[in-house]
Amino acid sequence: MFDFLDSGQYDVLGAFWVTVQLAVYSAIGSLVWGTVLAAMRVSPVPLMRAFGTAYVNVVRNTPLTVIILAASLGLFQTLGITLAGGSDFEVIGFRLAVLGLIAYHATFVCEALRSGINTVPVGQAEAARALGLSFFQVLFLIVLPQAFRSVVAPLANVLIALTKNTTVAAAIGVAEAAALMKTMIEYESDAIFLVSAMFAFGFVVLTLPTGMLLGWVSKRVAVKR
Amino acid sequence: MSNLSVLYDAPGPRAKARNIIYSVVFVVLLGLTLWWVLDIMADKNQLAGEKWSPFVTDGRVWTTYLIPGLLNTLKAAALSIVIALPLGALFGLARLSDHRWVRVPAGTVVEFFRAIPVLLMMFFANAAYAQFTDISSDLRPLYAVVTGLVLYNASVIAEIVRAGILSLPSGQTDAAKAIGMRKGQIMVYVLLPQAVTAMLPALVSQLVVIVKDTALGGALLGYMELLSQVRLITANYGANTIAAFTVIALIFVVLNYLLTSFASWVEGRIRRGKRSTGAVLHADTNTEMEFDEPHVVPQARKE
Repeated sequence: MFDFLDSGQYDVLGAFWVTVQLAVYSAIGSLVWGTVLAAMRVSPVPLMRAFGTAYVNVVRNTPLTVIILAASLGLFQTLGITLAGGSDFEVIGFRLAVLGLIAYHATFVCEALRSGINTVPVGQAEAARALGLSFFQVLFLIVLPQAFRSVVAPLANVLIALTKNTTVAAAIGVAEAAALMKTMIEYESDAIFLVSAMFAFGFVVLTLPTGMLLGWVSKRVAVKR
Repeated sequence: MSNLSVLYDAPGPRAKARNIIYSVVFVVLLGLTLWWVLDIMADKNQLAGEKWSPFVTDGRVWTTYLIPGLLNTLKAAALSIVIALPLGALFGLARLSDHRWVRVPAGTVVEFFRAIPVLLMMFFANAAYAQFTDISSDLRPLYAVVTGLVLYNASVIAEIVRAGILSLPSGQTDAAKAIGMRKGQIMVYVLLPQAVTAMLPALVSQLVVIVKDTALGGALLGYMELLSQVRLITANYGANTIAAFTVIALIFVVLNYLLTSFASWVEGRIRRGKRSTGAVLHADTNTEMEFDEPHVVPQARKE
């Protein structure tokens, strides 16, 4: 039944490994960049607030496919930006895909965090200010730690969406799962159900445990109020 | 926390000075980045006037490429939502059924299609149509894109419908039972009409997701929607990649921004309205994301 796998010409596990790498790097990047954006959006400097709002509204409304294709065709092939050099097309494609995924998903992290900040009682920040803490101290010592605990579930959803969205990297030739599925469906046209089911199963395996694990974490760390 | 300025005191003279310094540093950093990008663009000859001017001076770039592309994008999105809505409503109601043999299979189907990327479904639909049907190869990308989007979004809409009905106060069901309505009647005459209003913002936001996902069809299945016009424009107007991407991204942004604003306007209207129960699903609950029970999603600040 799975005889098309025996020929050894398809590296399914390798493709899913690339998917996982894309997801992990992008997740870390978007968490950092999203936190910075959220901090900008609540900061006392009007200019930063404006930049944060504009960035989120523009990037969130652009299709991820447009962002990733623009990174490849625009940044790399037209402007020659390779992100840390090298000439291996595969590696550069991977980096650009991560860049695009970070730019896009950071907006969702930012919005999740911002709504998390809203769940922190006003008294927390007021008490912190009464102690004489500065904006950065109030935000990073008092408010954000509590906000993070209440947004584990929304952030888990961002992570799951991010994992699924790594497939868009197939558009710029990164050899991840969806790209391999496209090739296999072309050459193994007598087994499209089997091939599709296999890749669908792969993504179910990647996303379902993430959701369950983080769902459990979110219940554990949630601030009881 | 309804007012975010609670995070910092009203600025005194020193804070004001500090804020000005931060602003200046920020502007300088932003300016440097911008200058760096523009410098590279000028270096690669992407700033030249003739690369950008066709979008303003030459009407043909709009009538030949951009507008037909946009119409194709809207066509795929409209078809998808029209087919996905009833399908999603059906599955959403099935998940609320009292019968285990209806509830469990519906739940499994919905969870499965939400867990796999929409692109995989498009690839599969494309291959399946090529093999088992005789849809002409011109139309096949549209069919594949719409099929993929319907499968995915019907399952998301099923969750929206379910959450919409669950968001209604339980007094509605109790009162309907008290006057002797049957299960079907409660659903059709009492719960669904109210749930539809509660769901409206979330549904409009889902439309944004659909519009964005049609771009996948352009990049990977050869559907001639807005994004795929980049290649044609750059081929015909002298390699103006940056300009073409900028214009096309702007069209997407404006379109989706209008839809998003419409969603929050509808949401505000429902919230302020006196005639409804005030139950409403926040427009952002499902943007591109998986869906949670409405009560665990923290409400975003209303501007």
